[in-house]
Amino acid sequence: MDQLLYAAEVVANGLMAGVMYALVALGFVLIYKASGVFNYAQGVLCLFAALTLVGIQQGQVPFAHLINAITGGHLDHFGWTVPSALAIVLTAAVMVGVAWAVNILILRHLVNQPPIILFMATIGLAYFLEGLGDVMWGADVKTLDIGIPQGVSETIEGWTDRAFGYGFFIDRLDLVATAVATALVAALVLFSQYTKQGRAMRAVADDHQAALSVGISLRFIWVLVWSIAGFVALVAGIMWGTKSGVQFSLSLIALKALPVLMLGGFTSIPGAIIGGLIIGVGEKLFEYFVGPMIGGATENWFAYVLALLFLVFRPQGLFGERIIERV
Amino acid sequence: MFYREAGDFKTSYREDSQTFPLALDRWAYRLLMAVAVLVVPFVIDGYWANAILVPFLIYAIAAIGLNILVGYAGQLSLGTGGFMAVGAYAVYKLSVAFPGINIVFHIIAAGGITALVGMLFGLPSLRIKGFYLAVATLAAQFFLVWLFNKVPWFYNYSASGQINAPDRSVLGWMVTGPLATPAAKYLICLAFAFVVAWIARNLTRGMTGRKWMAIRDMDIAAEIIGVNPLTAKLTAFGVSSFFIGIAGALFFAVYLGAAEVGEAFGINKSFLILFMVIIGGLGSIFGSFAGAAFMVLLPVALKNLLVGGFGWPTDLAAHIELMIVGGLIVIFLIAEPHGLAQLWRLTKEKLRLWPFPH
Repeated sequence: MDQLLYAAEVVANGLMAGVMYALVALGFVLIYKASGVFNYAQGVLCLFAALTLVGIQQGQVPFAHLINAITGGHLDHFGWTVPSALAIVLTAAVMVGVAWAVNILILRHLVNQPPIILFMATIGLAYFLEGLGDVMWGADVKTLDIGIPQGVSETIEGWTDRAFGYGFFIDRLDLVATAVATALVAALVLFSQYTKQGRAMRAVADDHQAALSVGISLRFIWVLVWSIAGFVALVAGIMWGTKSGVQFSLSLIALKALPVLMLGGFTSIPGAIIGGLIIGVGEKLFEYFVGPMIGGATENWFAYVLALLFLVFRPQGLFGERIIERV
Repeated sequence: MFYREAGDFKTSYREDSQTFPLALDRWAYRLLMAVAVLVVPFVIDGYWANAILVPFLIYAIAAIGLNILVGYAGQLSLGTGGFMAVGAYAVYKLSVAFPGINIVFHIIAAGGITALVGMLFGLPSLRIKGFYLAVATLAAQFFLVWLFNKVPWFYNYSASGQINAPDRSVLGWMVTGPLATPAAKYLICLAFAFVVAWIARNLTRGMTGRKWMAIRDMDIAAEIIGVNPLTAKLTAFGVSSFFIGIAGALFFAVYLGAAEVGEAFGINKSFLILFMVIIGGLGSIFGSFAGAAFMVLLPVALKNLLVGGFGWPTDLAAHIELMIVGGLIVIFLIAEPHGLAQLWRLTKEKLRLWPFPH
């Protein structure tokens, strides 16, 4: 009985972890749907957003390292702190700027290239942004605190203890993340269903040529989509940054989101969420049941191998569009 | 003017289809090889061997391997680091288990083992394509690194989890271990790079290479005209992994001497070699060398300039290097998708007409 309850707790924690993966995966899906670009840089966008948020919040001087190296000065902080809400708004503005720059400098020149080339360009973008983030704000590990509660939720622990005689350990941050993710998805659905820009976005996702011919500005929609993806990256960056600190490894969560996407299908928002949940639960359960037998740390590859095996049988993922190929 | 083909008449089919059709190219190449074999080993010192020439040759082998897969067969792979690790661990296990056999055979056998592993992970390419496959090859990367980390048999139960290259010699010269001279390390890498480039060049212009390119350009059309996608893709994965395995074996045994899988063969290595292929030129053997040279020299040059010249801190230089590499990838993809190899081709075209461009 205890074992069963423990397994149930593992599942619950897996679901929470899955939500965090899905948050990152959402950004990928948005961009892929609207522009057919598989944006490898999404994870680095998360890191970049989190770094910028911490930097603005704590009043750091951007490029302080570089300026100090050139001038020999000792710049570091402006000496003020910015309230969290304002810092988030400012960071969102920076992300819009990044989206705009990416469109002007990269995507506009790569129209009509094969998807592989675009994919590799976003790998280059990922390296560039990673270097830029580090040069701007420094590479040291930073703590991100915007007042999200953390730690074990005593309410749930007490409640489950009374109900089953076994206290569930659920991190409060994960609960907040679940709520935020739900709100984010709801907002995205409402936006794409009920606003003019949202409709235009769906039209572009459906058919670039047709959207252009009815007078939708492709350029504007792409900037819009990348901005939204930047905003999603900011949300994911806040959650992951609060959880594990803002540091280089944050950009690696993109690598965690990739199998989620493969499982769910690149074009489907529900797919990203369900895929995230499956992978989250799957890797926790696998680590719990099989991990001890084969040396542990299976979380590094389990998601990939699961996605790989799944793709061999269903190449478009769970909810992906059927791939039709013609000569 | 300087670069001329006038007066270079071909009288046989054989002459017409040689690798270097122009006499000037041929002689330049022979001169280069003569310098590489007859001059460099006598003037090389430890710094040049370890910082530039040996890594350049090893990365060139790996880049040729990846170029076959990505540039010729069109199958994007991010698992290069994992396959290099297979080569490294294979040569380690073999050279420890059979100390009597020459290490050259161990390195070749390590390539063969890597080829088998590569073909195994290449099997999904029959069903999934494009970046779905790229992501799937990440499975190979993470799984292999985890495997070599977790299963003690692979590192012979050593306490540190590292593998150490045993001392081995070729023709009486130590090539691995601390006693190896820079010249010996350089020469064995040069020999392998030469053979690999020669095989790759001839494979890619023969029937196999044409099949790969047909699959790359349009796989369904290729299938219709009679290219078997199964054999074409699996041979691409096999040959590519064979070369990458050799590169991994040399990287561990000759260059590093001791390796820990997560550090030496992590995901960054996969990207590094992919960048060499993109910057050098997709689908070009010369491009693989050019890209490897570029990516080996860039950090050295930046470090000398920023840290040595301006006195900037090392970490800042490392971050700026990331920015430059990332920026260059994007610039190359936009401005010259065929990389340095295409720039070289254009230069030759220009020189052919110089000084009268019309």
